[in-house]
Amino acid sequence: MFGKKRVAVIGAGMTLFRRNLKETGKELAWHASKMALDQAGLEPRDIQSVVMGTAPDAFDGVHMKGEYLADGAGAWRKPYSRVFVGGGTGVFVIDAGWWHVASGQFDTCLVVAEEKMSSCYPHPAYAFTTIFDPIYSRPLGVTLIWIFALEMHRYMHRHGIKKEEIALVSVKNKRNALDHPCAQLGANITVEDVLNSEIMCWPVQRLDISPTSDGAAALVLASEDVAKKLTDNPVWIDGTGWCIDTTFWTNRDLYYPKYVQCAAQMAYKMAGIKNPPKEIDVAEVYDPFDYKELHHMEGLLLARKGQAPKLTADGVTQRDGDLPINPSGGLLGVGNPIAAAGLMKCCEIFWQLRGEAGKRQVKGDPRTGLAQAWGDLMQYGSVVIMRS
Amino acid sequence: MRDVAIVGVGCTGFKTVTPDVSYKEMMFEAATRAYQDAGNISPRKDIDAFISVAEDYWEGFSIFDEFVPDQLGAVLRHLFTVSGDSIIGLATAYMLIKTGHFDVVALESHGKPSDILTLYDVIQFAMDPMLNRPLGGHPFYVAGMEMTRFLCETGNTREQCAMVVAKNKGNALANTFAAYGANVDIEDVLCSDSCFYPLNKLDVSQPADGGIVMILASDRVAAKLSENPVWVRGVGWACDTPSLETRCWGDAVYARIAADMAYKKAGIGSPSREADFAEVDDLFSYKELQHMEALRLCRPGEAGVLVEEGETWIGGSLPVNTSGGNLGMGWALEASGMQRLLETVLQLRGEAGSRQLSDVEVGVAQSWRGIPTATGAVAVLTNC
Repeated sequence: MFGKKRVAVIGAGMTLFRRNLKETGKELAWHASKMALDQAGLEPRDIQSVVMGTAPDAFDGVHMKGEYLADGAGAWRKPYSRVFVGGGTGVFVIDAGWWHVASGQFDTCLVVAEEKMSSCYPHPAYAFTTIFDPIYSRPLGVTLIWIFALEMHRYMHRHGIKKEEIALVSVKNKRNALDHPCAQLGANITVEDVLNSEIMCWPVQRLDISPTSDGAAALVLASEDVAKKLTDNPVWIDGTGWCIDTTFWTNRDLYYPKYVQCAAQMAYKMAGIKNPPKEIDVAEVYDPFDYKELHHMEGLLLARKGQAPKLTADGVTQRDGDLPINPSGGLLGVGNPIAAAGLMKCCEIFWQLRGEAGKRQVKGDPRTGLAQAWGDLMQYGSVVIMRS
Repeated sequence: MRDVAIVGVGCTGFKTVTPDVSYKEMMFEAATRAYQDAGNISPRKDIDAFISVAEDYWEGFSIFDEFVPDQLGAVLRHLFTVSGDSIIGLATAYMLIKTGHFDVVALESHGKPSDILTLYDVIQFAMDPMLNRPLGGHPFYVAGMEMTRFLCETGNTREQCAMVVAKNKGNALANTFAAYGANVDIEDVLCSDSCFYPLNKLDVSQPADGGIVMILASDRVAAKLSENPVWVRGVGWACDTPSLETRCWGDAVYARIAADMAYKKAGIGSPSREADFAEVDDLFSYKELQHMEALRLCRPGEAGVLVEEGETWIGGSLPVNTSGGNLGMGWALEASGMQRLLETVLQLRGEAGSRQLSDVEVGVAQSWRGIPTATGAVAVLTNC
């Protein structure tokens, strides 16, 4: 469509997302890969290249974790590499798979994302204490929830948004997750439940946050020729985008994720999308915290600045709304094994566009979907746009 | 399909310790030099994507990607990290340009092992946590075992490995970027302290700090940015099994697969005849010989004879590691592969100073990710 090579997704797979799975990281990677290969009708020997996405080595305590996971991801004696952009990795890894095929170098690419956070004792959050600048930030004893509390506060203050409006996201996503067979925290909760949950770091409360999880997800990518031989309904990757902002997050106004906008615009341009709210039929937006879904909808230009809470309150983002957001249940509901959670979002868009999402299927006949993830020190955006 | 060229290189040089600069300052210096070399391009306007190669544990961070953009001029630009060797980074840049959506890509790599207080304990963390790590010991014992198997299977000798050290450290004396140039002979190597039998101290590359940045461009813009672009004719990379228990110990299978892939793309049928010179990984002395054979630069069992007969020395028929290799330049973690690329580019541009080879058109660069991995990459570069 652009005089360039088109890349299709032809299979998706994922494991259960749980707080503590007994399988090793290699085994999780294999279960997800096998499911994706089965759907695509391929064997490991048919795969020409493999890309791995997995977040900090500190979770597993394994240096060069990509190397360690290689055989689990079916990369034995194949071209194999790992990309890593923090929490943005899960969606970025499909972008990486895209260039393996779009470059004409390979006809097939297996994209795998794995995370096993439970190996990190006493709690995976400790791994995040080493993401900060050792001179400026670490001496403050800063944690991940602190900095997100700063960002949430700033977003609420700038637009005059209330906690009650943000809590609706958690209610929606956890309810959506009740229909997801892999979900860790599907639940019927109310706004009151969120507002009464334990305060972690004001204004962040326990039910505003996604859980820590183990899990893996995988997709099979193929060139146009191969895809057309293997399936009647491929899903096309029509746009990829990524962007990073400065390391010095303290020097930015946190109310708006400009880097997400920059990544989205890169992807929209590639996909020829001029009016995102009209042209995107379904979106999986990164929601490790409930306010992030709103924040990211605005960064993705799916809502005007400060208007995402209103769309949520009006039901526009429900599965039967005009712009369904996180029909899977998102990270808040399905779970948050970092890199695997991002790729789970890509799997969901694939299933939605094929009409294979079962009880989670959004209304109408979605043709264009978007998945997005966010990472590093509140500074990374990765985006993919798919069409049926 | 469009062609891809290297149009700019920048290097800080490599040193045993660098207390005067941070890793960010090293990256800044290498990037500034590379942007200048590529027709003084602006990272704020002219570069479509940036790639950094890094591993968290080498850097002492979780999510090192966070700390990359500012010093490269890549704030609010399209940057990402590949947790891999720098020739895998080159392959990534190559693929990006081949998609047709990117014209100019910057590739950054650095190593600052002098910042790591417990370098060899960090490597221990790369061993399988259940099967291998509990055995303890310095992980380089794996190299000693592999060397034993390689020499046994191929008939190459201990002395020939020592000669590789003499050659490479000697070559490094002529390379101002190198940290470990020295005049040593076979006796010096064989009499140095025994480390991981049969490896001695001088057989093992020592850590060095430094950074290299390269700019890659499509054929559409390469001529505008450089008078002497070096073309990337083929890249290949591969991962054999991470399991120590089930891999081939004598043969560098990963290098063989990577090389076959790169040669196929470059249209090279007989690398020993068609390559004018090579830069191969020599983290341990025997690795140069093992990798030469895997890259089909000679027949199996023949690499040692070539070094003995002077064929792989400067002035020989197939010079290998004119830069000094890892043994001479120093082991710069993920930037080691970029050292191999840098020398290949300098030779093809005719800018290698007193080490310059005459009439070279095709160079092969190869990397390995080190103990305990079985992952490597190969690039075929030409100046025409």
